[in-house]
Amino acid sequence: MSHTYDVAIIGAGVVGASIARELSRYRLSVALLEKEAEPAFGVSKSNSGIIHPGTQHPASSLKARLCVQGNLLVRKIARDLGVDFKEVGELIVAFSEDEALQLLSIKKEAEKIGVPGLKMVSRVWLHKHEPNLNPKAVAALLAPTAGIISPYRLAYDLIENALKNSVELFSDTRVESVSMHGDLFEIFTTQGSFRSRYLVNAAGLFADTVAKMLGISDIEIIPRKGEEFLLDKKLAGLSRHLLFPIPTKTSKGVLIIKTADGNPMIGPTAQDIADKSDLSTSNKGLEQVLLSARKLIPSIDASNIIAYFAGLRPVAGEDFIVRLEGKVPRCVTVAGIQSPGLTASPAIAILVRELLVRSGLEFQKKSRFYAHRKKTIHLFSFSSSKIARTIKKDHAYGDIVCRCEMVSSREIKDAISRGAKTLDGVKFRTRAQAGRCHGGFCTTRILKLLAAELMQPVTAVSKRGKGSELIAIDKKDSSR
Amino acid sequence: MAMFWTTQKKELVVVGGGPAGMAAALSAYDQGVRDILLLERDQYLGGILNQCVHTGFGLNYFKEVLTGPEYADRFIKRIGNIPRIEVSLKSFVIQVHKRKQITYIKPGALIRVNARAVIMATGCRERTREMIHIPGSRPAGVYPAGLAQKLINIEGLLPGKDVVIVGSGDIGLIMARRFTLEGARVRAVVEIQKESRGLVRNVAQCIDDFGIPMYFSHKILQICGSARVEKVRISKVDEHLIPVPGSEFEIPCDTVLVSVGLIPENELIEPLVKLDAQTNSPVSSTVNSTSMPGLFVCGNAYKVYDLVDSVTRDSELAGKMAAEYLL
Repeated sequence: MSHTYDVAIIGAGVVGASIARELSRYRLSVALLEKEAEPAFGVSKSNSGIIHPGTQHPASSLKARLCVQGNLLVRKIARDLGVDFKEVGELIVAFSEDEALQLLSIKKEAEKIGVPGLKMVSRVWLHKHEPNLNPKAVAALLAPTAGIISPYRLAYDLIENALKNSVELFSDTRVESVSMHGDLFEIFTTQGSFRSRYLVNAAGLFADTVAKMLGISDIEIIPRKGEEFLLDKKLAGLSRHLLFPIPTKTSKGVLIIKTADGNPMIGPTAQDIADKSDLSTSNKGLEQVLLSARKLIPSIDASNIIAYFAGLRPVAGEDFIVRLEGKVPRCVTVAGIQSPGLTASPAIAILVRELLVRSGLEFQKKSRFYAHRKKTIHLFSFSSSKIARTIKKDHAYGDIVCRCEMVSSREIKDAISRGAKTLDGVKFRTRAQAGRCHGGFCTTRILKLLAAELMQPVTAVSKRGKGSELIAIDKKDSSR
Repeated sequence: MAMFWTTQKKELVVVGGGPAGMAAALSAYDQGVRDILLLERDQYLGGILNQCVHTGFGLNYFKEVLTGPEYADRFIKRIGNIPRIEVSLKSFVIQVHKRKQITYIKPGALIRVNARAVIMATGCRERTREMIHIPGSRPAGVYPAGLAQKLINIEGLLPGKDVVIVGSGDIGLIMARRFTLEGARVRAVVEIQKESRGLVRNVAQCIDDFGIPMYFSHKILQICGSARVEKVRISKVDEHLIPVPGSEFEIPCDTVLVSVGLIPENELIEPLVKLDAQTNSPVSSTVNSTSMPGLFVCGNAYKVYDLVDSVTRDSELAGKMAAEYLL
């Protein structure tokens, strides 16, 4: 490969996507390398979608600072990219006088780093504003700046916007080794080699593997598994705020999460494991999450669960690592971005830019940067009159494919044209297959749409990339 | 705003063009209702019968042995000959309002219909892996049995070659035979109860006749595999359905079919009438009725039936009930 990029970013999760979009404001050639079939298929896909206010971390930590900054920055990004952001606020709930005292110290710590609007609320307030909350709650800390966003849609829209501003995305591209020749990195991947002047390691769970390829040996990523359970959309009003228990050392505890799509979610668990590919859920996880969630909202029942999944947080010690490498010139490492990584991602991107400036990369603003993208159409978020207008304009919006979530063939084709290549890619972008029937009714149609739009045989269509194809044999295929 | 949608008026709107909706519409017509709209979201009438290419339909109702599509065809033909039953295909109901107003969308339009009576014949959906909380990873290759049936029978697509079936509902049993006939290996049917939930004739004709191993009092402990299903872990269970320690074993497979029962689909009327929290059926004193006068529910949406013949019989009754309400 003859072309030399100014910057190569390894990893197209929400962090890599944020960095790519930030760099795309400048006159730089940027390659974004992703090992999975689509962006955000690693750590990011299991994100809870919470935009944290910054109440959960020691004031001196990088996490806390980037979280508070990110909470502000993400709002403008969401507006510019047409991603829905809702400021719903969070409540950290105390069940004893002791816990209530802890809330006061959490409040103090958070105020130090500038978390705005924090307020202690009483039992009476809770009863009025969170009628489903366990009446045993004695007080809570209200953080009004907490919000929710779809983590996938944010990542996809960041990338779409970065691509419009000339970033190049290479998916199914796993980095196998890196060598340095003078002022250049040569990155060998499953899709050939790439050359770049600067390198950003945002490889999530595998940031340590990539670091080792560069001779950096002081980073170790421990996967911390979190199992989460999604409840039926019918329970959208279960809570008005995000509900948190008092945090422990290793995690924020089991939460009642409001999601951008309406379904409440309960979880996550927090368990350090050894295997970076272990995304299995367990009965134990379910029991633990139910027990803890019921402590917050006693009416939650196992029968409310429509889906569950596990995600892995990339843990590298207590804090985030965002640093310029001393031994490897022109290399920035972004590792250990667990919670509040989604919130912090826009602030991380700016920090990475600053580090690249410091290591000599020249940044010149593009004369033309496309800051905005047209908001994606989601029928499910529209009123009847808006649906009527939309269908009138384009008849295919009236052709419903996914009945549980009301997704039309037009929206699915749209998602494919914006980069979806797999069933999961379609699901994360549109919500088709994400409802209570789990694709029982719509998988066939989506399979055929993917095959037709991507001009590939149905046997090549996969759930989330090579090896996860859905169909073994096409009996109609006469060439067989 | 009103310019963007059309408003219609109908005596009776039937939601769902499967066996239940067709029988209800025809029966209401036979009773004298003359202004009927039948809404079907798919591109053809017949509902789930279209993918049931096996025989065994119509034994009670027609005293004949028919396939699913043949059974459906008898109703589709009759409806085609009655101009007063207006059929609207690719029509997806998004809301049933109070006072029996229905909003539906189809390619090109959003339409509101004011009906005097409504029959919901929206059928049922399959219980999923998620509903019975099978732990493990979430690879490709786990299908609700009805989805696999549609892929094979309608699309000619074979989802996998080495199959384990969870649950012994009728669809699972029928699919065990179907997969075998298509050249796949069905490694096991795993049923947590002591006996099959399916019809006796299906156990005999679909499992025993093909020598498929059937494990009663067993459950799937875990689905394993990263990209595609690789194996399942199975255990015996005791009389309380608790796994018996030491009885675990594994079966390699690339496909898991889930056939663990059906649930009436009543989400559209949930805001209007009382539903049973366990069964998702409308709470009512008599078959097909709901807590809202003039709103009826029939077929598998009312309760899950074993035989389509019974769906037809009870849905005809729903048509009569609607006619009595209207006339």
